[in-house]
Amino acid sequence: MSNRDVASLERIAPELEPQSIPTPERDVIRFVQSDGSLTELGQSRGVDVGFAQSLYREMVLARRLDVEALALQRQGELNLWLQCAGQEAAQVGSIRALDAADMVFPSYREHAAALSRGVTPSELLSQWRGASHTGWDGAARRFHLYSVVLGTQTLHATGFAAGSRLADTDDIVLTYFGDGAASQGDVNEALNWAAAMKLPVVFFCQNNQWAISTPSSSQMGAPLHQRAAGFGMPAWHVDGNDVLAVHAVTEAAALHVRSGRGPAFIEAQTYRMAGHSSSDDPGRYRGTDEVTLWSGRDPISRMTALLGELGAAEQFFDELRAESDDFARDIRSACLSIERPRFEELFGNVYAEPHPVMERERAEFHAFASMLNAEV
Amino acid sequence: METMTLGGALNAGLRRALEADDRVVLLGEDIGRLGGVFRVTDGLQRQFGANRVVDTPLAESGIVGTAIGLALRGFRPVCEIQFDGFVYPAFDQIVSQLAKLRARSGGRLTLPIVIRIPGGGGIGAVEHHSESNEAYFAHTAGLRVVSCSNPNDAFWMIQQAIASDDPVIFFEPKRRYWDKGQVEPQPDLPLHGSRMIGEGDDALLVAHGPSVALALAAAAAAHEDGYSVGVLDLRSLSPLDLPTLLDEAKRSGRVVVVHEASTFGGIGAEIAATITEHCFTDLKSPVLRVGGYNMPYPPAGVENQFLPDIDRVLVAIDRSLSFQVA
Ligand SMILES: Cc1ncc(C[n+]2csc(CCOP(=O)(O)OP(=O)(O)O)c2C)c(N)n1
Ligand SMILES: [Mg+2]
Repeated sequence: MSNRDVASLERIAPELEPQSIPTPERDVIRFVQSDGSLTELGQSRGVDVGFAQSLYREMVLARRLDVEALALQRQGELNLWLQCAGQEAAQVGSIRALDAADMVFPSYREHAAALSRGVTPSELLSQWRGASHTGWDGAARRFHLYSVVLGTQTLHATGFAAGSRLADTDDIVLTYFGDGAASQGDVNEALNWAAAMKLPVVFFCQNNQWAISTPSSSQMGAPLHQRAAGFGMPAWHVDGNDVLAVHAVTEAAALHVRSGRGPAFIEAQTYRMAGHSSSDDPGRYRGTDEVTLWSGRDPISRMTALLGELGAAEQFFDELRAESDDFARDIRSACLSIERPRFEELFGNVYAEPHPVMERERAEFHAFASMLNAEV
Repeated sequence: METMTLGGALNAGLRRALEADDRVVLLGEDIGRLGGVFRVTDGLQRQFGANRVVDTPLAESGIVGTAIGLALRGFRPVCEIQFDGFVYPAFDQIVSQLAKLRARSGGRLTLPIVIRIPGGGGIGAVEHHSESNEAYFAHTAGLRVVSCSNPNDAFWMIQQAIASDDPVIFFEPKRRYWDKGQVEPQPDLPLHGSRMIGEGDDALLVAHGPSVALALAAAAAAHEDGYSVGVLDLRSLSPLDLPTLLDEAKRSGRVVVVHEASTFGGIGAEIAATITEHCFTDLKSPVLRVGGYNMPYPPAGVENQFLPDIDRVLVAIDRSLSFQVA
């Protein structure tokens, strides 16, 4: 190590101490603790039980979808599944804070958010069954296609918001991305662009602590919610497993953004309870202690406890259990009836206008397929 | 001689390179503790430490850009791009920086960087995980582009690529990672040499990487029908091993190129043009191409209809064999 260190700089030229240094991580905003009790902040805000129940219902159904989809993958009915277990509060809490007209640009693990936007299990599973690259109409659902190439969607969100402003409407855009994706150039370009142009975008980062095998602690040099300030936007740091806090914070961010004051940033601390995907073996890189710790912070069980405490009727839980069982059956039959596209149709999806190469290849494919069938 | 999988042979080759030269450093997403999503770097971080086998932040432009900086400082970086479809964020660093720095510096700078890319489809993956994008790189002057098809070549070619003083884009056929084969004690070809397999008196199939196994199967089927069809495993896409390619093309005068990439503007087009330019009077049929259709790689459920298969290759061989110059 060189002895020309900062200590000597302080001695020789105290007036040249840096004017800005990284600030420590801020505490998360939390209303509901892991055991379901309310924090002081939670108590002072109060809980609308009916509304909390509706958020809870969406989380329970999303968890069920996750469990069923994994089972379908294990049975060979899906090629791959990326579980969102553990992240239901971050997703449901945030998406429910938006207006129906607001547009959402997800990454690829936002299944709870997708369901909330009315994406059906059949539409959602189609991609993972290898039947399509997306199963839903993004414009109709106000929920764009999944983006598998990390971080790219944040720029699309930014451009979409620029369009909303040009069109002079008051809808806003929210984009989801991960702690890993936050390292991509695209994400940092989007943050800067939206801030420079004061565009109505909520950047919602689900920090689920992992990017495949890379922990978020070694992914970055400063906490994400601190990074936002450098780009020139306000940021909230929220307990992403507390659906009420996430909802409140996203409402606040959406209000800021909708009022024309530029973008906002939310970092939600949550946890990827499962492996990265159904092909991953997380035992290779993380210990069970950590998983056990986060199991104790589960977003659903804390709400079960809270709602019980607040006197939600037994009937509510019973009905939800029945609804969830029905949903599981629907998911399974929806999955099994997803059909593969006819290959020939795909030639028509590539260009908006007629294209001679597509036409020629479609004809070649057709002739070839007919020839083979003729031979059989 | 040892039997290895293709992935295992790459792992062993990387280990040898790390042992042989402490300027060799590996950079990539999840290559350390996890050993890479295909386990190609399994155990290397444990053996050589986290400074030489580096789990990088999730940023491909960063991986290649910082590899350039490391090379300028005297190191020999080997980058892993997790899947073919994720190399594009690094495209500027590869095409405008890595490929051009030597020429821009008047030949002063040397960039001994290898970029490993698991390429090709056929594994039932979700979008962006099955692409064959070698033509973009082969089109770029300043880059060398190679593609291994079997464990022996994997083992030797990765070491030869790392020993090269030029940037090498190294394509690995991901659906063949688990194929087993013998690894010989010595390399029998230089990095940019092609390998002829069998005799091609009636026709020649030209293939590389994942398509070599398909070409071999088609040649065997043609053999059963009484035709002598050879397979040229290109191994190197840039530069092409022209002497071997042209000799083998002349032998039968009938050539079919097979690759997974879309045919328009692909490697097959370069091969067809090169053969036509050099052996026009020896040809008995136009050089034909069998490749992916000119569309984005389709959903996995129908990828088998997109990818070249034995029927399409045999039909092309038939067309070539029955072609009559009027
Ligand atoms: C540009 C790009 N590089 C690499 C990958 C491969 N990959 C898929 S997901 C992933 C980790 C993403 O981590 P994070 O952004 O934290 O999202 P999470 O999976 O935790 O939801 C990686 C490396 C990719 N999809 N896109
Ligand atoms: Mg993550």
